[in-house]
Amino acid sequence: MAAAEEQVVRETTRRNWLLSAPALVVLVFTATLPFVIVLVYSFLTPGQYGNVVWKFSTDGWVGLVMTRDVFDDTLGWADAHLTIIWRSVKLSFATTIITFVVGFPTAWFIATRPQRSRPIWLFLITIPFWTNLLIRTFAINEMIRNEGLINTVLMRTGLIHEPIVMIYSDGAVLLGMGYAYFPLMVLPLYAAMDRFDMRLLEAGYDLYASRLSVLWRIVMPVVRPGIIAGCVLVFIPALGAYVTPRVLGGGKTMMLGNLIEMQFGQGRNWPLGASISITLAVITLVAMLIIIRRAGRETAQ
Amino acid sequence: MKRFSVTTMPGFALIAICAFAVLYLPILTIATFSFNAGKAISDWQGFSFRWYEIAWANTEVQGAAIRSLIIASWATLISVLLATPVALATTRTAKFPGRTFIYMMINQTLVVPEIVPAVALLIFFAAIKIQTGYQGLGYLILAHVMWCIPLAYLPIRARLEGMDLSLENAAADLYASRWQTLWRITLPLLMPGIIAGAMLCFITSLDTVVITEFVKSGGQDTLATYMLGQFRRGLTPEINAISTVLLALTVVLLTGFFLLTRKRD
Repeated sequence: MAAAEEQVVRETTRRNWLLSAPALVVLVFTATLPFVIVLVYSFLTPGQYGNVVWKFSTDGWVGLVMTRDVFDDTLGWADAHLTIIWRSVKLSFATTIITFVVGFPTAWFIATRPQRSRPIWLFLITIPFWTNLLIRTFAINEMIRNEGLINTVLMRTGLIHEPIVMIYSDGAVLLGMGYAYFPLMVLPLYAAMDRFDMRLLEAGYDLYASRLSVLWRIVMPVVRPGIIAGCVLVFIPALGAYVTPRVLGGGKTMMLGNLIEMQFGQGRNWPLGASISITLAVITLVAMLIIIRRAGRETAQ
Repeated sequence: MKRFSVTTMPGFALIAICAFAVLYLPILTIATFSFNAGKAISDWQGFSFRWYEIAWANTEVQGAAIRSLIIASWATLISVLLATPVALATTRTAKFPGRTFIYMMINQTLVVPEIVPAVALLIFFAAIKIQTGYQGLGYLILAHVMWCIPLAYLPIRARLEGMDLSLENAAADLYASRWQTLWRITLPLLMPGIIAGAMLCFITSLDTVVITEFVKSGGQDTLATYMLGQFRRGLTPEINAISTVLLALTVVLLTGFFLLTRKRD
């Protein structure tokens, strides 16, 4: 009996692995293996015209935060890189906070609509989410540039006489990222609120709780997994943003993504580009692991 | 006096309505001014299809559009063909050794910023390009497949999880072979999930700009990378026109997606 059961288990296992094999092979060759190669490349020496020379070197990693003096070979802090790393982290945090502050009420608004109209509101959030990121970034550019809509309207109405310079700044990148990643915050928040039992609110008010304390002590703890998921989903792409800083930040407001791209373009330092890219992936992975752990613990409770 | 509603939070509705307005104002502006007869973005000079005609006649745009469609079609087809069996293998089955591993492998690209796989493929394909001499669209298709597989997998899996095994069991009781059951019961029932997954793949492939920018060889611009390249010379109503067409395509595909995945009451 036990042997027959074991036979069945072995057969389903074999069948399921066979069914998954083609996709796994493709992903191993297009995602896993290339990533391992990036890791290897980060320990090689940059070639003169891009690519690499097969000679071991830790310069790719040292170059992440340090710079070697051209004349006396001494190491000093790579201020340019540190500024970019700091800006990336700062802007990504700010994007997460802004999208949360606006996204929480928005998700709540959708979750408290009547059952019938809810899908429509949700659909309205989803359309911008699936709209080409480039188009959305262009649209923001169109709003805030010197000859853009906002400045034109303000000048026409005579409120200002000189255009307000908004574009090509940290603020412009922040606006663009907040705009682009807003749906990523709202959707998981909504998913958590949708499951929220609204009777808990009645219970809270019955016990003379104020709106603020109901919000803080009943809603917040229950929807916390959604909050965490939303924050991660916004923070990760924000940290690796490439298009938004390029279109809205101009040449001077670079982020990690642009720094990486530069190493493969005119920078011609593939190992450095590889090491920055791996750093980015590791940060992402750690953030994900924390979330999965947290979420797991919460379901266990 | 207004009745006290437990679910109302002061100011929340106002913030939400403003958020929706801010979300749509920029996209609608772009769409509106793509029909502007004049060149300026914020100076309306009458309705015209002028910029659509200019974009349509532009051979570079034509080439990029055709390339985008070829890549998106192949990437969608391959992703769905690869993801469907995985979905069948990982749902409605007893836990088997390696299931979590397969799940993690399939979704590995879902959580990293696009620039990370873009760099990895740039390096990897650069080496292969030198070794084999092949420079074609295959690299871009493969890169998009990598990026699209989890997006095909998730809706198909969701659909499968909502299907119970009773019809399949009934078919087996009536001596249908495994293949007959698959072809005549499981796949037809699964079709809405497969089409939904295909739509997400198609949209994603059209959108993907960073991976395409890194992987493409010379002269392989897609619409997305063409638009990014043109942007250096500033936004033109022509780009607005292309954007609006892509936007319309996204709305059509998404509407289809929602109608397909909607839960019937």
